[in-house]
Amino acid sequence: MKTQEGKRLYIGVDVGASRTKAVVMDAHKNLLGREVRPSGTDFGEASRRCLANALHMAGADESHIARTVSTGYGRKNVAYSDDTRTEIGCHAKGCYFYFPKAITIIDIGGQDNKIIKLDEAGRRLGFKMNRKCAAGTGAFLEEMSPRLDIPLEDMDRLARQSEDMVKLGSFCTVFSATEVLQNIRQGRKVADIVKGLFFSVIKRVSEMDSLSENVVMTGGVVAHNPFLVRMMEEIIGRSILVPDYPQLTGAVGAALYAIENSS
Amino acid sequence: MSEEKKVIIRRLNAAKDLGKFMADYYYELDAASKSGKQKIAWCTSVGPAEILRGMGYLIYFPETHSAMLGSTRMATDLIPKANAMGYSPEICSYLTADIGAFLENVTPLANIFKGIESIPRPDVLVYNTNQCRDVQDWFNWYAKRFNVPVVGIETYRNVPEVTPVHITSISRQMENIVQPLEDVAGRKLDMDEFKNAVALSRECSNLWDKCLAAAAARPSPLTFFDGTTLMGPAVVGRGTQKAIDVYQLLLEELNERVAAGEGAIEDERYRLYWDGMPVWGRLSMHSKLFAGLQANVIASTYCSSWIFSALDAGNPFESMARAYTELFIVRSDAYKEKYIQDKLAFFQCDGIIYHDAKTCPNNTNCRYGMAQRLEKTTGIPSLTIHGDLNDLRLLSDEQTKTNVEAFIEQLEENGKAA
Ligand code: SF4
Repeated sequence: MKTQEGKRLYIGVDVGASRTKAVVMDAHKNLLGREVRPSGTDFGEASRRCLANALHMAGADESHIARTVSTGYGRKNVAYSDDTRTEIGCHAKGCYFYFPKAITIIDIGGQDNKIIKLDEAGRRLGFKMNRKCAAGTGAFLEEMSPRLDIPLEDMDRLARQSEDMVKLGSFCTVFSATEVLQNIRQGRKVADIVKGLFFSVIKRVSEMDSLSENVVMTGGVVAHNPFLVRMMEEIIGRSILVPDYPQLTGAVGAALYAIENSS
Repeated sequence: MSEEKKVIIRRLNAAKDLGKFMADYYYELDAASKSGKQKIAWCTSVGPAEILRGMGYLIYFPETHSAMLGSTRMATDLIPKANAMGYSPEICSYLTADIGAFLENVTPLANIFKGIESIPRPDVLVYNTNQCRDVQDWFNWYAKRFNVPVVGIETYRNVPEVTPVHITSISRQMENIVQPLEDVAGRKLDMDEFKNAVALSRECSNLWDKCLAAAAARPSPLTFFDGTTLMGPAVVGRGTQKAIDVYQLLLEELNERVAAGEGAIEDERYRLYWDGMPVWGRLSMHSKLFAGLQANVIASTYCSSWIFSALDAGNPFESMARAYTELFIVRSDAYKEKYIQDKLAFFQCDGIIYHDAKTCPNNTNCRYGMAQRLEKTTGIPSLTIHGDLNDLRLLSDEQTKTNVEAFIEQLEENGKAA
């Protein structure tokens, strides 16, 4: 696509299994526009609408786009993308942009979670994704919210109210649900159960790998439930870095690749 | 870099000879099973085949059949039949797929080879636990079912160094199975035939070793995914001249490729090592996935498991005991680490893929920190993919794809490209 009026914009689109994210950046890596939408059943449509809204926010249109890189589960479904990168690479790039040092990234997404390790130069040392299991992902919380009859949006607030957290021992979502039912039967407070669910998420993730000195947390689940970060800080005994828009780091990384590869 | 593009994987002409070899092999077994004219022994893939050849047995290998159940993707529907009988979904999916197929009276042999309706009937079953205990349970089940004898060799596990004590024990066990096998065969072990079989096995092993070593060339003329099929004769044809003939042709072709600088894939940029079982139902998908990223999986622990350099016709029992105890799978982690380290260096690999196969802990080497230790000593990065040899319910193609793509991106960004 041709650019107009000297405005060259770079698009990063992250089509996740549950949410699609798009960001618009200029060549100086300023974040000018952003959007998050449910991915739904038509990834192509979700990514088009995401782009339109992000461009609108940036006060630009498609003619300004210099290059687009897509990432995430549906990265191949983005018709207007010039290149694709994996979400591992994009999260790494996005996080290092905000925190240029040796970091361990914990990303908790809707369907999967990842741990990515970078050295001080931003080189990837290794990564891990969750195995074929929803433990420690957003899907686990989504599964539990109707069982407790509380909306997902209320979970963070409720978890903060807990004074006597329920401990859940199981790896498996189905077994955890049984444990939750047992706690309901025993009359435990919903807030205590929700905090137990949160604890289970971060426990499962933190068990995936060792964590280095600087830990960054990202992902939609983190964006909507910042209390998870507080709980993780308690577990590891040090503060955790969180970028401005933790749900957007993948898309930011994709846009950064677009900037790099266009030169 | 991960844009869809046409993937070029160059097939080997020798694959045709191999196809003929396998067809002849199964037709001969089928004829013997139908006529009853020649005795048939079922044997584990690293069992004492040479002794059986010395008594004129034809040999059928259930594991090869299970691998076919996997590669034809029949296994996943058959495994639950065995699960329902009490064989856990967590145990060897070769065992469960094979028993499931038997219960359902189906076999890929019938689909591939016209005129073959079923697997050959055993007169006796012979196992060696050098690979795992599952084979013992597997073979015992069939022994009851067919009402035929089963004999076995119990091998040591986690062996750091093969000592005379191991050799004495295993060779004695091998000698002890001769009598019951003779009783079934209705004839004596012919020492000349036996020694000849050992000599032929050794030659086959040497040739196979050379074929695999040819992959050290840049670009590599061979892929691991081809290797898993090409190794058929090294498994089922041990102790026969025909297997040697196939590998002579294969080696010639590989050498020609090396001389011509022709790689198995187009534009080989990354050279990888594979540890663990193949995912049989995804061989083609995986080979395209890697080739599409300009990565060639050039060497593996798995394909190298049929190299038996210790075999010596002059000393058949003891050398067999050594050869079948020296195997990677029988050895201690320290040995295994050194072994993989040497392979990484020999093949000049940029990375290593561990397949954590859910139902085969025996061929899965990344569960006790080896991946991390090797990464530290060699500086060569690794990726673990979770899956299974036969049970496709245990893998996520999307996750594998993302993991592999991300791993190659990592190699690219860290400048490890050749
Ligand atoms: S080594 Fe693994 S795949 Fe082979 S028979 Fe044993 S458990 Fe099954």
